[in-house]
Amino acid sequence: MGFGALAAAICLLAPLVGTTHISLAHVFDRTIPFADNVDAQVFFIARLPRVLAAVLVGASFAVAGVVFQAFLRNPLASPDTLGVSTGATLGAVVVITFRIDTAILGVSAVPVASFAGSAGALGVVYLMSIARRRGTSSTVLLLAGVALSAFLGAVSRLVQVIGDYTDVFRSMRWMMGSLDVGSYTDIVVPLVPMTIALAAVAALPRVLDLVSLGEPAAESRGVDVRRAERIALVSASLLTGSAVSLGGPIPFVGIIVPHIVRLIVGADHRLVLPAAALFGGSFLVVCDLVARTAFGPAGMPVGAVTALIGGPFFLWLLFRRFR
Amino acid sequence: MPGDIVSDTLAARGVAFAYDARERLVLDDVTLSVPRGAVVGLLGPNGSGKTTMLRLLSGTLAPLRGQVMLDGAPVASIGRRELARRIAVVPQETHAAFDFSALEIVLMGRYPHLGAFELEGAGDLAIARDALAATGTSALEPRRFATLSGGEKQRVVIASALAQASDVLLLDEPTASLDLGFQLDIAMLLARLNHERGVTMVVSTHDLNLAASLCTTLVLLKGGRVIAAGPTRGVLTRDNVRALYGVDADVVDHPRAGHLTVVPLARAD
Repeated sequence: MGFGALAAAICLLAPLVGTTHISLAHVFDRTIPFADNVDAQVFFIARLPRVLAAVLVGASFAVAGVVFQAFLRNPLASPDTLGVSTGATLGAVVVITFRIDTAILGVSAVPVASFAGSAGALGVVYLMSIARRRGTSSTVLLLAGVALSAFLGAVSRLVQVIGDYTDVFRSMRWMMGSLDVGSYTDIVVPLVPMTIALAAVAALPRVLDLVSLGEPAAESRGVDVRRAERIALVSASLLTGSAVSLGGPIPFVGIIVPHIVRLIVGADHRLVLPAAALFGGSFLVVCDLVARTAFGPAGMPVGAVTALIGGPFFLWLLFRRFR
Repeated sequence: MPGDIVSDTLAARGVAFAYDARERLVLDDVTLSVPRGAVVGLLGPNGSGKTTMLRLLSGTLAPLRGQVMLDGAPVASIGRRELARRIAVVPQETHAAFDFSALEIVLMGRYPHLGAFELEGAGDLAIARDALAATGTSALEPRRFATLSGGEKQRVVIASALAQASDVLLLDEPTASLDLGFQLDIAMLLARLNHERGVTMVVSTHDLNLAASLCTTLVLLKGGRVIAAGPTRGVLTRDNVRALYGVDADVVDHPRAGHLTVVPLARAD
């Protein structure tokens, strides 16, 4: 409940902050027609889409992180550490650089490509998880994810080098993570796969609880682990792919948010999943607020803000756990 | 007698299994039966196939050849959730990846009784509390599972299995890695659950004295084959201990304990 109120308040208040000052009372003043109400125009046209994009991207990364952590039974698993984010980035960079960015049936190729990229990276991780059943530890799996991530990142840069100068700038900017969406249309496209994936994950909280106790424990309580794993991992990569296509590979949200949420609500995934979605959304809105206001009118990429917060947090988590 | 077949809750018929088809069989032509209300001990050296046998009995692994039957029906024909309502498993060790409370762990035993979106009701909570009480862990209810000692964890996991409300309980080395006091606690708990609730059990163990005090029937596994099976007193003999472990041991009746005790003396070879 608290997380819901927090998310609603942040969505309402965040658009008020910016170089042009507007007031909430003016925005919702019904007596002024929308065409004449500058405050309402700034609120609904210039700023709200960006806030909504931040909510969706933050929620998606956070929920994907929760799912990866439960299935790998490892607190350091996330879209970033498994290379899923980087896979999505590679897909998008290829499309941008080689200008295959033509709309297919009204759907831009970027989200499709970034989902394909995240699914591809996850496929590699999944093959490794099958190997894991023969005794590979989850540490090995994470290290493999880091290696995969570094490899795919290098391929992305290679693709950029091949591309021409203007495309490089566009994809560079995009790779740093930006929620600077132009309109509501940009949000609607990734919203579809996000909704499907969130609905699939919404049926899984009990399964995530049981799987986090280990596969045999889950199986002996009647969970079809293979089926649940397919649903969960495809959903998590769908979430990652669509989040990356909308906001770029914004780092660390998928790893920080699940941990903060677990510290507050406990381990039960029926609470963790909705709380992670709401808190993840709120967290990214605040980070984006900092990104677009704290460093002058030019702003800085939101990915830099989450990394500045997330890097130290990640190290703290690592040393707290493996002391 | 045909009646014997019906009274068997769980039975394996000529079961063979290999984790990899190209590798040697982990279990070969294993036949065993678990009568209703019995406590069957599965004994054998490391790598003899005890854990694999338990996984076959619980239906989480499918045999390569042969059949596992539950109340006369092949386990393979029973749905996963239905099976979980009838057979519960206590693994050797349970690690929670996240910070669950003891009560939350026990409530997870209700999973096969709930629909996908159904929440645990007052009835489920009552069953969980009853299971905590039966295992003497009521005081641990709000504690974080990860902070419990080995013996406390094991009892909470047994409570979780009880909350599954099944007639059959499969336990994989329930006293391994516990100190003497906790070993005794678990042994007495299992005996009580068998007497008071009529829970049928299959227990794999390396602790021959636990087997002697708790089990009505023993099955001795070596190299994936049954080398002896039957009532505890008939099977737990000097010759069988030697055949199983290559250890020369005294098997004597303990007057105060009221059951057989095994005292290992030397390597037989």
